[in-house]
Amino acid sequence: MDLLDKFDNITDLRASLPFEKADPFKVVIEEVISETEAIIGGRRTILAGTNNYMGMTFNEEAIEAAKKALDDFGTGTTGSRVLNGTYGGHKALEATIADFYDMNECMVFSTGYQANLGMISALGGKDDFVIIDADCHASIYDGCAMGNATIVRFKHNNVAQMERRLKRLPADAGKLVVVEGMYSMLGDAAPLKELLEVAKQYGCMTLVDEAHSMGFCGENGRGIAEELGVEHLADFIVGTFSKSVGTMGGFAVSNHPKFDVLRFVSRPYIFTASLPPSVVASATASIKAISRSGNRRAHLWENARQLHSGLKQAGFAMCTETAESPIIAVHLPDVMIGTKFWEQLLMEGVYTNMAAPPATPAGMFLLRISVCAQHTSQQVAEIIARFKRTAEKVGLKV
Amino acid sequence: MAKTATLELIYGLIGPLNKKNIDLTPATTFAANLELDSLTVMDLVADIEDDFDIILPLNMLPDLETIEQVADAVDTIVAKG
Ligand SMILES: Cc1ncc(COP(=O)(O)O)c(C=O)c1O
Repeated sequence: MDLLDKFDNITDLRASLPFEKADPFKVVIEEVISETEAIIGGRRTILAGTNNYMGMTFNEEAIEAAKKALDDFGTGTTGSRVLNGTYGGHKALEATIADFYDMNECMVFSTGYQANLGMISALGGKDDFVIIDADCHASIYDGCAMGNATIVRFKHNNVAQMERRLKRLPADAGKLVVVEGMYSMLGDAAPLKELLEVAKQYGCMTLVDEAHSMGFCGENGRGIAEELGVEHLADFIVGTFSKSVGTMGGFAVSNHPKFDVLRFVSRPYIFTASLPPSVVASATASIKAISRSGNRRAHLWENARQLHSGLKQAGFAMCTETAESPIIAVHLPDVMIGTKFWEQLLMEGVYTNMAAPPATPAGMFLLRISVCAQHTSQQVAEIIARFKRTAEKVGLKV
Repeated sequence: MAKTATLELIYGLIGPLNKKNIDLTPATTFAANLELDSLTVMDLVADIEDDFDIILPLNMLPDLETIEQVADAVDTIVAKG
């Protein structure tokens, strides 16, 4: 029996999509011109589908620091954080993040995916409950699958539904509520104040993933919890360096006095090599730069609002009423129009993300656009103009 | 064997999702017969939880393929209180 046969339905589904000139799952970025432009398929293209919200990928200090770390420490650590893989740089990065979040403790993981795996699988033991928002990222679901806790799911951002479930759980059991600050597909923010207050009322510990809100939400760019003034209600905050920070890696911060023991029980922290010194150095420099980037944050929000209102005025079906984040998502009516639209837009020189079920909530077909703090207002205007042109060319009524 | 009342309630909740109007029986499966994707099944489970005022943990879902299996699980959890 061929073990790959069970995926034939996926092959068939992919083959049924009507792409002619490009395939969204096989896009190759041939040259990177800047944070906001690249050559794709030989064409100069505006990047409007990355997670480079703060435009830190070419930050001079981050690049310099990485180069120096490469020269001084080599290309990699060849080992686990708990063996030979903790260098001075890793400790300095943890101190930088703890300082940025004004918290006592920080653990740096090799990716954000592993940070969620490592935190949730370690915290949720056999007799515990982990309560998650239905639209949480795959890394949160996988962290649940990896641990031994009983997993309870509530409808997206639905505080009343979460409360009904918390009510049914044993009062004295260990409980961890896991939510995100900002959701990456629709760019919608969580009602974090209400969620965390109710969670605390029912004696839960709480973990907030700020992957898509760190950098630009809150006065210091710490995320939605900072913006809403509820950081004290979050026992753990998880984040990534692969979005606003512009490199890769993940972290968890906390004020819990026993936090450090997680280094000895969290398998995704232990059984993988630590981040290379150059990545650690650029993450450290980038986070320091982000904490001084008030103007950049302001421009990012201007870009988000300009794009949202421009597309809304043009008649597109927006996924959120206002620009809640630098992620602006547009509903497209069906797979046929959706795929044609994405493809034509790329031919016009704008790269966006096509999102289709099952990666999207409620079977929606949407185009996810994300803006960068380094996009100029002219570029944003150009994106809007090319959206309109694309709608005409593929016959989308707006 | 699941209680008839439990089955009837679950049939009612599945109604709007039964796009091809197939006959619902205890042996009807969510994936093969009703052609529901895993997200839709999870949302259905949320409705069942609220109707019966219980928790159906996500961990159980892989073992719940038919309507009867869900109904049995619901009855067991309700009986446990
Ligand atoms: C909410 C959320 N958490 C975690 C991650 C994982 O981050 P990383 O790319 O660092 O593995 C992502 C990114 O895809 C995400 O969207």
